[in-house]
Parts: sequence; C-alpha cells; structure tokens
Amino acid sequence: MNDLSNRAISIKADLLTKRYGDFIAADALSFEVYKGEIFGFLGANGAGKTTAMRMLCGLSLPSSGSATIAGFDIYRETEKIKKNIGYMSQKFSLYEDLTVLENIRFYGGIYGLSDGAIKEKSEAIIARLGLQSEADKLVSALPLGWKQKLAFSVAILHQPHIVFLDEPTGGVDPVTRRQFWDLIYEAAEEGVTVFVTTHYMDEAEYCNRISIMVDGRIEALDTPHNLKQQFQADSMDDVFYKLARQAKRVDL
Amino acid sequence: MRTIKFLLQKEFRQIFRNKSILAIIAVMPVVQLAIMPLAADYEVKNINLSVVDHDHSTYSQELVSKITASGYFRLMAYSSSFKEAMQGIESDQADIVLEIPAGFEKNLIREDEQKLFIAVNAINGTKANLGGAYVNQIIRAYNQDIRLELVQPTRMNPIPVIEITATNWFNPSMNYKVFMVPGILAILVTMVGGFLSALNIVREKEVGTIEQINVTPIKKYHFILGKLIPFWILGNVVFTVGMLVSYLLYGIVPLGNMGVLYSFIAVYLLAVLGLGLLVSTFCETQQQAMLIMFFLMMIFILMGGLFTPIESMPEWAKVVSSFNPVTYLISVMRLVILKGSGFRDILSHLGIIASFAVVLNTWAILNYRKTT
Amino acid sequence: MTQLITFIKKEFHHVLRDRKTLLILFGMPVVQILIFGFALTNEVKNSKIVVVDHAHDEVSTEIISKIEASRYFEIESFVDGPLGIEGAFQEGHAKAAIVFPANFARDLQHQNSAQVQIIADATDPNNATALTNYLSSIIQDYQSAMNKSAVFPYRIIPETKMLYNPQLKGAPNFVPGVMAMVLMLVCVMMTAISIVKEKETGTMEVLLVSPFRPALVILSKAIPYLLLSLVNVGSILLLSVFVLDLPVNGSLLLLLAESTLFIITCLTLGIFISIKTDSQQTAMLISLMGMLLPTVLFSGFMFPIENMPIPLQVISNIVPAKWYYLIVKDIMIKGLGFEAIWKETLILVGITLFLFFISLKSFKIRLA
Repeated sequence: MNDLSNRAISIKADLLTKRYGDFIAADALSFEVYKGEIFGFLGANGAGKTTAMRMLCGLSLPSSGSATIAGFDIYRETEKIKKNIGYMSQKFSLYEDLTVLENIRFYGGIYGLSDGAIKEKSEAIIARLGLQSEADKLVSALPLGWKQKLAFSVAILHQPHIVFLDEPTGGVDPVTRRQFWDLIYEAAEEGVTVFVTTHYMDEAEYCNRISIMVDGRIEALDTPHNLKQQFQADSMDDVFYKLARQAKRVDL
Repeated sequence: MRTIKFLLQKEFRQIFRNKSILAIIAVMPVVQLAIMPLAADYEVKNINLSVVDHDHSTYSQELVSKITASGYFRLMAYSSSFKEAMQGIESDQADIVLEIPAGFEKNLIREDEQKLFIAVNAINGTKANLGGAYVNQIIRAYNQDIRLELVQPTRMNPIPVIEITATNWFNPSMNYKVFMVPGILAILVTMVGGFLSALNIVREKEVGTIEQINVTPIKKYHFILGKLIPFWILGNVVFTVGMLVSYLLYGIVPLGNMGVLYSFIAVYLLAVLGLGLLVSTFCETQQQAMLIMFFLMMIFILMGGLFTPIESMPEWAKVVSSFNPVTYLISVMRLVILKGSGFRDILSHLGIIASFAVVLNTWAILNYRKTT
Repeated sequence: MTQLITFIKKEFHHVLRDRKTLLILFGMPVVQILIFGFALTNEVKNSKIVVVDHAHDEVSTEIISKIEASRYFEIESFVDGPLGIEGAFQEGHAKAAIVFPANFARDLQHQNSAQVQIIADATDPNNATALTNYLSSIIQDYQSAMNKSAVFPYRIIPETKMLYNPQLKGAPNFVPGVMAMVLMLVCVMMTAISIVKEKETGTMEVLLVSPFRPALVILSKAIPYLLLSLVNVGSILLLSVFVLDLPVNGSLLLLLAESTLFIITCLTLGIFISIKTDSQQTAMLISLMGMLLPTVLFSGFMFPIENMPIPLQVISNIVPAKWYYLIVKDIMIKGLGFEAIWKETLILVGITLFLFFISLKSFKIRLA
C-alpha cells in the first residue's frame, strides 16, 4: 500500500479548470490516482468537488487543462472513458419505478453485457446484498441504505476500471455505512480504482489518500497519516477544520 | 440493437406502472370524443327571437309563425315596445328583435312597399350573420307567397328567373359532429404524443436518473429512439381507440382507406414526438415543459383549422399555420375519413410532415447533450 | 405584517426568477389576442370553387366572371362533371361547385326560367351554408340587374341592424373569453403547482413549523399571482383597446373590481387543488383536465352553450369562468352597470366562499 507510485496510473489530471463566467469552480487541479487505490475527495459544500468529478466522468467539459481517465483523453475519447467507468451520483440514480432485478438487467443491458453475464451478475449482487426476498420489489420500496448499496453494485456491474462515488453515504446510518465501505474495499481489492467524495471524516480515514479542496483549489493531498502529521492534528476532523476555515466562499 | 431492446423494456415497464399515463391513454380519448363533439356544435339554431308587433294583423302573425316554424328560431317573448325588447337583448334572453310597424298589412297592399326592422345582437359575429341571413331568407320566401296569392298566376314567369338548387355533398344532413370528430381525434393524438414525450425526458432530468444514463457509453440516437418508439406505439393505440370510439358513438366509418390514414399517422407521430423531445431538451422542470407544450398546443389547435377555415385567415396567419403540423393532420383526417381521398390526394401533406419529422428529430438529437 | 411582506417578497423572487415561465405567462394573452383578433375568422373570402359549364353561352360566362370578380371566390378550375367535382373536393382545395346546364341562356330567354346548381362540400356545414348563400346572392344580383325595368309588386323590405358589433368582428365575443382563460391558467394552475412543489421538496414543512400562521403562508403564495394576473388583465385591455379597437364601454373600475373577484375565485380553486394533491404531475393534470378544459368548453366563448345537451348546460353553471365571461361581456361590450350583473357577481362570490371554506376545512384536517 505504501508504495503506490509503482502502480499503473488510473486518473491523471493536469491543471484542470472549470469557469462559469467570472466564477472559477475548479482551479488548476493536478493530481494522479493509482490503480486499485481508494482516493478520497474532501471539501466543504461549494468547494468544487462535484464540478471536478463531473469533468472527470465526461458530464461536463473543462474550460482548460487536461486529464486522462484509464489512459483516455477527456476531450477526445469521452465515449471510451464511459465504457471504463462507473458513476454513482449524489441524487439517487436507480429507477424507483423499476424492481431491483429490472434495474440490474437494464444497466447490464446498456453496458452491453451478455444475457448469461447479466444473469450471473444479478444473482451475485442479490446474494451479496441479501436481497433475495426483495428482488422483485420496486426500488422505491427499499430503505435508503439498501438503495445506496444496490446503486453501488450496479455502478460496478460492468467491471469498470474506475468508479466515481459522489457522496454515496449521505443520510445513511453508521452500520449501513460500514457495510457500504466493505463493498468499496472488496471492489478495490479486485483492482477497481475508487474515487469518492464525502463529508464524513471517519470515512476519510478509510481512504488510501485524500485531497482536500478549498475554494476550488486542492490545498492538501496525502495519506491520512501524513496529513495529520503535516497539520499537527489529532484527527482528520482537525485537519479539515484548519483548512476549511480559510475558505472565502461561504455556502449560502 | 440490444441496447434499444433494454431501453424499450425499461420504458414500457415504467409506462405501465404510471397510473396517470395510463389514465391519459385510456380515459382522454373517450372523454374528449364523448364530450367535445357535443359541445362543439356550431350549427346556428335555437336563436332566441323577440317580436314587437305593432300591427296585430293576419299578415304579421303569419310572418311570425313562418319564422318560428323554420326550426332556427325560438320565440322568447312578444314585447310591447322596442325598448322592452332591447332589455331582453341586454340580459341575453333574446338574440334577435323583429319589429313589425303599425299598418304593416295595410301599407303592403296599398303602397306596394313596407319596411320591417330587425335588430341582431352581433357580439357573436357568426351567429348574428347566419341568424340575420335566415330571417331575411324567410321574409323573402314569405314575400313570394304573398305575391303568388295576390297576383294572378300565369303559365310562364312574367320575367326571366334563374332557379337555384343547392346540394350538399359528403355531409348532406349538415351534421356538425361529423365535421368535428376527425378534427378532435387529430388534436387528441397530437396532445398525447406531444405531452407524454416532452414530460418523459424532463422527468428523468428532475429525478436525476439522466445523469446515470449520461455516464454510460450509450449512443445519443439509441437513447432518443428508446424514448420515441414506446410513445409512437402509444400514439397509434390512442388513434385506434379514438377511431373505435368515433365509430361506436357517432357511427363514423372512414370513406377512404385505413392504410392511408395509418401511414400518415405513422409519419405524423414521428414529427410530434420529435417536437416533444425537442421541448424537453430545452426545459429543466416538468412545470416548464408542461407550460411550453401547453402554449404550443394552444397555438397549434387554434391555428390548425379546427374551428375556422384556414382560407379565411390573413396571409401572415396562413404562413404560421403552414408550419403547424396539426393543420396537416386535421386536413388529412377530414379528407380521408369524410371524403374518401386517396394516397395521391394527401401526398403533398405527407411530404411536408415527413420533413417536419426529420428536422425536429435531428434538432432534438443535436440539442440533447450528454455534457454541459 | 412585516413578516407577511417578507414572505410575499420571497414568493415574488421565486416567480420572477423562472424567466421561461414568466415569458409564457405574459406572452400567452398577447399571442391569444393576436390569434383571435386577426387570424380566426369565419368570414368567407377567396374560397376556391370549381365550375362545370355545359352551356358556354353569354349568360353563364357573365355569371362566372361576376363570381370571379367578387372577393369571396376564386375559380380553381373548370371540370367536366360530377367526377371532376368529387376529385376536386377530395384534393381538398375547392369548397363548392357551380353547374350550368346546356342551353342555359336559351332556356332563360325562351321559357323565362333556367336552372343552376350549386354543390357545396358540406363537411364543414356552416362554411357550406355561407358559400351557398353568397353564390346565390351573386346570381340573384345578376338577375335583378338583368330585369332592372321590371318592378316586383308588394315588396317587404327588411332593415337589419347589427347591434354592438356592426362589422361582425370576432373580437367582442372572444376578448372576454381570453381574459377568463388566461386568468384561470395563471391563477389555478400556477398557484396549485407552486404550492405542491413546496410540498414535494419538503420546504412546506419548514414554513409550517415557523411561528408564522399556516393560513398566511398560503396567502403569501397567492398574492404574487394576484398581482401578475392584474398585469395580464391590464395588458389584455390595452391590447383590445389599442390594437383591436374594442373600447371598454362600461365602467373600467367596475370591470377591474369584478376581475379581482374572479382572480380570487381562481386562486381559491388553485389552493384547494394544492391541498388535495401531493405531486406536481397530479396538480397539473387536474388543473388542465379538470379546470382549463371545462373553462374552454363551458364559458360560452368558443362553444355555443345553447346547442349543448341539457346535462352539459346544467354542468356549465358550476364553471366560474362562465359567469365571469357574462360579466365582462355586459360591462365591456354592452356598457351595462352593476344592476345588470349583480346576480352573476353574487354567484361568483358564492362559489368563492364555498371553495374557501372547504379548503380551510381540509387544510385543518391535514394539520391535525
């Protein structure tokens, strides 16, 4: 784990910037994420996390700078990138009026999985999440925590190189959050790169490395251990507080 | 191809689980076709007549009974003065006042000439125009009768007379329902197709599922086709239900070929769905999409020749209605259903609608962005 | 009071921020007035007709040229017989046909009688009647001109006067209708949707737990739409006076007062719908199908109520727009005063109070 630099690079961002008129939502972001790494992306509300993530996923075009995702250029090869990433948005992303199985089959289908693979995958997901008796229920009938776990499983259904998670555990109880992170670890062990934004500092401790954004810029980037040393703090909470205090943008 | 199969499966499942969409598909054709034609009866009849008879003669009474016997008029009141009759007009109890001056009969016989006064409430121009024309026609006919009675008949007309016979084709009983039903069905197909497709994509935007679709490698045209095909099928279903309802309720059987109708509807639905998709790419919320569609529909319906003939419009309005898809559908429905027109008669309409379909869908696809 | 003003300001911000919606709300009446005022007319003009002339003599030729010279008709083509007429009708351009038999002029000269046949495409019955009437009168005029010397005995001469609208324009009939429709749309649909939206997003609960009285929350939602609607009434009146030359014949003040009453009726209706529904989609469907359609159908400006079957005529009485339409017509076109419309006013007040009380009742039940 400590010798990450020997691994292949999954995400490489170089001076990535997004402007909306005079407002600079993401300012010259440069970083690298390695294969199989769990990379945490922290920041106060409005610091620019979601903007950065949307650019990396190909949902939003950068104003300047460059980046490659799984070796593909984010300007020219967006469609190739899309085959190689999974994404779970802040808003709930499964269809509430489809059942659990129907959602899995639908996303399997549009990622081009074969019928056999879809069948195998759906059985595996349902068994892993213990949803046997819920498989034919509408997703709207599931509790939030289950929905989130299901959404994550669907996001990595097609075995992407990288999965982007935008505040995946918002509003979820601590036990379910723990279970959710177990799923993340399993995925990482299988070689999936995990790029995750969060507000929970205990979750930050689970990451291999974290970056902290303030006012659209990356102010710190290292392992949780090194960051605590660098800022002479006892916990990630303190690190975050020390950095976030400098913010000029106030979340309205 | 496989992607489209999965998209279609998903859309159909969602449609069949959405009660308000099902209600629209099942109830709207029946309700609109059952109520609208009953309401949209523009035949001018039941005109309320108020008579001010200062003469009280045989002739004046004969004239009034001729008018009431025509079937167009209802005798509301005999008023003693014109002023009293005017109050009837002000309170909407009378539409027409007929004033017969004192000495009507006497003057007509002695002086060969007598005037009558008619006042028409002309706020509703069409009704006033036709109502006035009917009264005048009846008076003219009565005038002829009196002449025949008073003048010795000769074997031949004393002066040359052109006799006019009038025939009405395709709708000899002058039934307004026959005229309105195909038009209303056209509106119905347009509304179902337009509203459902517009609201559908916007709904995915509002809920957020569209984000998830946008990060998948799915092609733009796959996504759009996946949205078009289900509503295209639904549009055809609504049209078929509508044709059945108009047969069951009004006995309307198309004179022309059903194949011609269906092939036109097939292309027409593509155009309307394209419009709905285009609107949805411009809107962020369902409220906006609804309002914009409503606004467009209102213009389409009013300018489509459903209520008033397009030939009567001024030039600028004719130009506007030539860009209105509803114009062509209403026209084709009436041509094929009521007059039995064939494929060659509607070919130019078909060509125009096909180009609408191409333009609107291309625009929608270009405007549907997976990135911002 | 300052609290109320704060809330109303917040609502105004919501309404004014959504430019697309605002544009449509203000554009709608303008477009409607223009369409109704200039585009929609039943007037017969440039109607295409086909001619079957078996006679080819001086009388038939003269009548045809008279028809062509009139502004009502354009000769589309000359055809041979019934098949040709049917073909022309099926193509959809020609709306009527006129048939002159062989020996038309000779019959007229020698037997003092000749027949001409008018065939109308009666798919549109009123248009067919109007075309037949106009063609007949052109022929009759020709005949009178031909027999100038002869004087008919015993002439009844009807003198017809068209009241209120001598040029038979469409405007006097529809301007009041457009007012009713637009107010209904803005007040009922927009109010209902905007309240239900707060319910959906959950912000309604925040407002309800504030120390502010719940009824005032609702009131503050209604006031911006009241003002928007008054602006719409103003713009419709300005357009009708200056663009359509349709003056307000009665008291302007009375008209505005009655409009305010109708707006309040509509707002209450919108609030009632919003209390009864939970999703924007349902609120939209109910306002559109349940309110707007009946308004268009039963207010009497587009569809003649007197021709409807009795049950529909009875239903039309519970549609508030019908009463407002009558009121506007009486004040604006006929120039009548309050004594002519007190009954309609009372009915509107009654409907409003009824809606107000049932909304209040169901609102309290919801809170309990």
